[in-house]
Amino acid sequence: MLSGIYGFLSASFFVLMDAVDVAFTEAAVGSGISPLLMLLTVALVGRHEKQNPGRGLPALVLVTITGALLIIGTLSMPDFGSANAPAQTHVGPYYIEQSAAEIGIPNIVTSVLASYRGFDTFGEVAVVFTAGIGVLSLLMLKSSTPETPAVTSAHKHKILRIVSKILIPPILLFSLYVQFHGDYGPGGGFQAGVIFAAAIILYTMFFGVDIAQQVVSSALLRVLAAFGVLLYGSVGLVSMLNGGTFLDYSALADNPITGQHIGIIVIELGVGMTVAAVMVMIFYCFAGQVNTAREADE
Amino acid sequence: MTLLLTHYNYLVVVVLMMAGFFIVIAQGNLVKKLVGLNIFQTSVFILYISSGKITGGTAPILQDGITAYSNPLPHVLILTAIVVGIATTALGLALVIRIKKAYGTIEESEIQQRDHTC
Repeated sequence: MLSGIYGFLSASFFVLMDAVDVAFTEAAVGSGISPLLMLLTVALVGRHEKQNPGRGLPALVLVTITGALLIIGTLSMPDFGSANAPAQTHVGPYYIEQSAAEIGIPNIVTSVLASYRGFDTFGEVAVVFTAGIGVLSLLMLKSSTPETPAVTSAHKHKILRIVSKILIPPILLFSLYVQFHGDYGPGGGFQAGVIFAAAIILYTMFFGVDIAQQVVSSALLRVLAAFGVLLYGSVGLVSMLNGGTFLDYSALADNPITGQHIGIIVIELGVGMTVAAVMVMIFYCFAGQVNTAREADE
Repeated sequence: MTLLLTHYNYLVVVVLMMAGFFIVIAQGNLVKKLVGLNIFQTSVFILYISSGKITGGTAPILQDGITAYSNPLPHVLILTAIVVGIATTALGLALVIRIKKAYGTIEESEIQQRDHTC
């Protein structure tokens, strides 16, 4: 609960600092998915902990010294909000001035993410995918029998179920809007992916993993997660076949700007698919573990 | 005193970072260590985002009549870092669950004890 509030608070920090794209992601991840996974883990490993006397004081001393040194180090850093800081004078202005002419979409964050730093983003999608595979291999989902649907406590609450039924379709629609409107407003594949995943996770929480898997099966998720990465990579290959370099979208169409548009839309779709599929897959794994643990107890 | 007013973002970052660091080294519970790492991670996010902020600037979405934009580069880096962060945190939590299954405990000291006796 506290960590949910913390995630929401840091999301509002980011809005204040004009980072709307980041705030979107943090709101969905920090206050939705991350505390949920923590809670599921605590439910699995037990909430009791051993006290560790004698470790607090040395740690406190060490932390205070490190913090003091860091604060001394920041004294020579540029002022908050300064326009002449080194961070603002190198590549940042180039993106702000040139991206309209070179990429042709208003949201600079999207054009930097998908086009200028396309390699970087490809690597990050691959990391998310790898982490998904890691969780899958650590907590292999047991094939639960369909005639014993896991009845969670929330399952019995009528109000929660009806409210969630009303809320989930708009959330799904909103995530699609965020996905395809990422060129013009804040949004894009990463944000849409986590929002979409949050909607499915909400559904899973109220109706149980077994019923949710009839809607979105884990086999489908695995295919989607891999397909998203492949889609991203193949856009790069297609631009190579058209005579450009890897992930150079200008080679995708006769007009470079149109090429950039196509490239960005397609790779954002790939990112969205992978992120959403991996997040839901991770949640299924954790929730499946909780269910099997509960059955073992009975 | 003016230094405090112009550098308060770094103060927030350092306090959060040290809080996270303290949890990581002082707690023996593996789940709590991950919570600490999460707080540490958020402080790094705030450091990056605050370095991109320009006073009077607006969100980096091109519009007519606006001249000052925040630096979009930190936003891009952190946006992806958040999603990668949750994926790696989930991997860490999955490892904790497996450790609980293998050792029956998630306290660091007890795990080390069992490793030595084996």
